[in-house]
Order: sequence, then C-alpha cells, then structure tokens
Amino acid sequence: MTVLCLVELDAGGAVADASLRALTFSRELAASAAPEAPGTRPMSHRAALNPSDVTSDGLVAAAVFAPEAEVPAAALAAYGVTDAYAVESDQMSGYVPLAWARALAGLITVSSATAVVAAATDHGNEVIAHLAAILGASMAANCASAARAADGTYRLVRHRWAGSLLEDAVLDASPPGSPTSPARPGSPALPASPASPASPESPASPGLPALLTVAVDAVAATPAAEAAAIAVDDFRPELADEDLAVRATESAERAGGMSLATARVVVGGGRGVGGPEGFGALEELAGLLGGALGVSRVVTSQGWRPHKQQVGQTGTRISPELYLACGISGAIQHMAGCLSAKHIVAVNTDPDAPIIAHADYAVIGDLNQVIPALLTALRARSGLS
Amino acid sequence: MDILVCVKRVPMVGGRVVVTADGQDVDTRMSGFTVSPHEECAVEEAVRITERLGGTVTALTLGPAAAADQLRDMLALGAGHGVLLETDGREWGPIATAAAIADAVRRRAAGPAGGYDLLLFGNEAADTGDYQVPVRVAHALGLPCVTGIKNLEITGPGDGAGAASRARASREYLGGEEVFELTLPAVISVREGINLPRYPSLPGRLRAKRAVIERFEPEYHAEGLRKELLRVPAGQTKRAEILGTGADAVPALVRLLEELGVLS
Repeated sequence: MTVLCLVELDAGGAVADASLRALTFSRELAASAAPEAPGTRPMSHRAALNPSDVTSDGLVAAAVFAPEAEVPAAALAAYGVTDAYAVESDQMSGYVPLAWARALAGLITVSSATAVVAAATDHGNEVIAHLAAILGASMAANCASAARAADGTYRLVRHRWAGSLLEDAVLDASPPGSPTSPARPGSPALPASPASPASPESPASPGLPALLTVAVDAVAATPAAEAAAIAVDDFRPELADEDLAVRATESAERAGGMSLATARVVVGGGRGVGGPEGFGALEELAGLLGGALGVSRVVTSQGWRPHKQQVGQTGTRISPELYLACGISGAIQHMAGCLSAKHIVAVNTDPDAPIIAHADYAVIGDLNQVIPALLTALRARSGLS
Repeated sequence: MDILVCVKRVPMVGGRVVVTADGQDVDTRMSGFTVSPHEECAVEEAVRITERLGGTVTALTLGPAAAADQLRDMLALGAGHGVLLETDGREWGPIATAAAIADAVRRRAAGPAGGYDLLLFGNEAADTGDYQVPVRVAHALGLPCVTGIKNLEITGPGDGAGAASRARASREYLGGEEVFELTLPAVISVREGINLPRYPSLPGRLRAKRAVIERFEPEYHAEGLRKELLRVPAGQTKRAEILGTGADAVPALVRLLEELGVLS
C-alpha cells in the first residue's frame, strides 16, 4: 500500500518535528501491509535497486505545500519517502485549509494512496477533517499506532482524553452504506437534502482511503534504516474560488520570551499556591532554573494567571527535562500536558494526591515554605559559585 | 446575531480515569458530568457577542436525556434556548453527530426563526477528541469554517462593515499567529483561553431551571471507525521517591536538581 503523508515545514523550511513523527508512523503503517517474506529488505531500498519492483507496496509519499525547490528532499528520503509532491498554485499561498484538503484529494489519485496521514497538529487535524468531509470518509484522530489487517481494515490505537485513555479501534475505510457529507462548501446548501448514501465526489466503495492523524506525543521520530531514492514532482491542484475563501494571513507578531512548550525546565503552580500573589516566588525559581512558569487549569479559570501559561489537555503540552509541580493535585487533564516531561518532581501537602503517582520524586510539604527555602538555598549556591 | 453553540456532555474526571468492566465506557458511577472546557468558552463567547450586537444564543447537544442537565448549565451561563438531540445513550461517531447537527440547523432555517449567523463549537471534545464535527457540519451546510480559534472579533452590519457580518478569527501556530477572515454565516471552533467564562448567576440558574428544552430524536448511524476497547495506558503510575518533608527536604532537592543538570 502507499501512504500519503502531509508534511509541514517549520519557520526555517525544515520538516516540522511533528511531521517527522507522522512520517515515521506512515512508514510503519505502509510496512504493516507489505507482503511478509523472511529476509525482505526495506521496501524503499528494494524499490531503489529495482525500479520495476515499485508496486503499490509499502511506500510513503509526501505532500509538501511549497515550491519544488523548497522541498527538503534529503530529509524526506531519510524517513523513507519515495515520492514527494510539491503542491503549488498561483491562487494559493500560505495555509489555506480547504485548498490543502482539495490538493490531498487530488494526490490520493495521483499517488494511488490507500491511507492519508498527518500529524495531529492544528493544521493536520483541520486539513484531514476537511478531506474526510469532502470524501465522505471516516477519520481517526490522534492515533498512536495503526496497522492494516489482511481484510483491508485498519487496527488502531488512538488517544482519548489527550492520551490519558487509549482506545483500541477498527477503521473500515469503506463500510457499506456509511453516511456522507455530500455538499461542497460554498454551494448554497440551506436547505439541502439529508445525507445521501454516496457523495458525487467520491467513488463507490471500495476506494475510500483511511484518514488518520498522529498523536505527536505517542510516536518518536525515527529515520528509515536506509534512505529511500526519492522523486520530487510538482503538483498543481484544481481549486475553485470557494476553496480559497478561508486562508491564513500570518501576523508579524511572534510570541516573545521563553516558550512554555519548549522550555527545558518548567516550574508549575496550582491551587496550592493560594492566590495570584503567590506566583512571584515560582517565577523567581523558574528564572533561576532558566525555565518557564506553567500553571494548572484551576489557576487560569480563577483568573490568577493568563491562559497561555496553562499546562494540560486544553492548554500547552510541555516536554521539559524537569517539571517541578508545586501545589498541583494532578488531574488527568493536567497530566496529559506533561506526559513528555523527563522528570517530574512534586511539591504537595497531600502524600495521596494523584500527582504523587505520576511523579518521580516528591517533597511532602507546603510549597509556601518549601519554595522560599529552596530559593534561599539556590541564591546562596550561586553566590558561592 | 443568532448564534448556535454545540456542546457535549462528558464525564467529570479528576485524578484518574476508570474504565467500566466491559471496557466500553468511562466509569461514571463516582463522577458527575460537565461539558468540554472549550465549549464552555464557546458559550461565553456567544453570550458576549450577543450582549454587544444583540440576538440570541442557542445551546445544542447530542446525547442521552440526562444531557439536558448540561444544556441547563449553559442556559445558566446566558444561553437563551436549549436544543437536545436525544439519543439512547450509545456513543455516536463524528459523522452521524455532524449529520444530526446539520439537520437541526436546516430545520431551524426552514422555520420562522430563520438560520443561524454563527455556529460555534469547542475545538475538540474532551473525551473522544475526534477533531472533525465542526468541519463536517460546515461542509454539510456549505459554510466557511475555521478551527482552534483563540481570538474572535465579530463585526455586524451595524458596525459599518458593509452589508455582511464578518468574523476575524486568530490562533497561535508554531510560535506565530494565524489570522482568518470569514464572512458569516460561518462555523468556528474555539479553544479555552479565548475568554474567562463567568460564573452562573442566581437569576440565570433559576431561568435555566424553568426553560423549555426543545427535543428531537435523530436517527443513529454506525460508521467506519468502531471502538473496540478502552484501556488506561500501562506504566503511567509510579510511586514517587519521597525526598523529605517541608523545608527540611531542600538540601535533597538541591542535590537532585544538580544531578538532573538543571543548575548552572
């Protein structure tokens, strides 16, 4: 099978970290459906050695929304991509969610893809959801793993509750009689007929691709054993005016200061801080540790700190070396935001608080005594060094 | 400005999530229910818009009869009307959910009240996290759509913005900010942080208690993505090594910070 992966580029034009993870996931999914034979070489390498062997087995194609010259071909090849498509249009620049989905719909045919994968980012989830609606296909968001079974269905593990709960699921991409969303956005659909059994834009089953987004925390970015031989082709999608109606213009404004998402150390404060005035000590500690301040949901819903400092399912995901969680009970919605922290140290008065079951180390005590004493010790230490 | 806000009844989970013995649901015998946090903010946003521009806010949910409780919570926050798309308690997939919501919107558009100017959603449901119902509703209704919004400005015809109402919606992405312009009617999903929802007022609660909730019974459809089993990930729980108690633990804490290499 061929898996088509949406590849996002970062501000520097390199493959975004989330997309490297999606490419890893795509490669494993493609290999899961390859014919099993002892000693089979990696498909990409075999394809490179013998072009006549390039069948629809075990291949990863990449869709990159950039001019051909800006496609990071070497990086894609290192992840096993054999075909990269540089999607360009005179009508489209930057991020245009519906147009991106139309382009992927076109590329499904061009690449003979049976599955389309994207990282579960804002762009990935949004574009794949548009694609699902265009095709009238099912979409499984936030997958941790996927494999194609012999009967053509997909066995998935996906995240619920932002990863606090796992769902084993089966995706039948072309179930008989599935409802579809037939309308094309922009067309006058008010009032319209109820869901019809088949969309005019989608072929009759079989033929609907599996549409998956990848839970970024669940998959490590791993290059292929051997780089693939890669071909880069230009792809110009056919776009209608309504596909271009909603488009992103990027404001010049960039978030300043230490980014919570990428901070090496995060000092967290929760209900135990007691009020808005209690965060000064935690901010000072974050400063001394070269890190950022993060807070729990109760802190932002009380209005003690701004929402952009919230760590958790509905806030920011962090992945620091050290998360020092002070006065935070450890609700699952909070812990979902720090699953990727290397080390968690909790400061809490309650030895039975849920956070103790997620932490590597704990200090049992009131943060309003522990943190000032820690600050004193760290100040003395830096004064000596 | 008539606004529809779609919300979902989800379990109120705290320190840990427990799965029922058959692995099909979250065990809610010891917990209450709430709506997803993004959706509470969507209701607050709708109420603020209509406070400024006039109009109505309708809260809609698809779920069991008991989901009327969550609609009343939203009515207490300032929504004026509640619509319950009542199910038999089965978990509905995103395709069938979106189709039922789109039908409800069309039904209202065909009646004397007319269509909605704005359909607000939370970015994703707290429990299933499918990330697609708003987009599917937008396609079914032929409306423009954007998701994950953290800032929303609505300009009505009375604001000198021309004949059509418009939305300016933005979100953070990869350290920058993306801005989208949409002509209403439109579908927009928002994230927590777009506002700080108010607490329900006492008059609001009383009004919510008395309000009549409109009920419909949409038809269930199975779809291609099927849940088999829910399970709590292994290895998530551990027992922390206790460094000490109170300020006496500080020397051990400093040694640990040194070992972890976070002290310069």
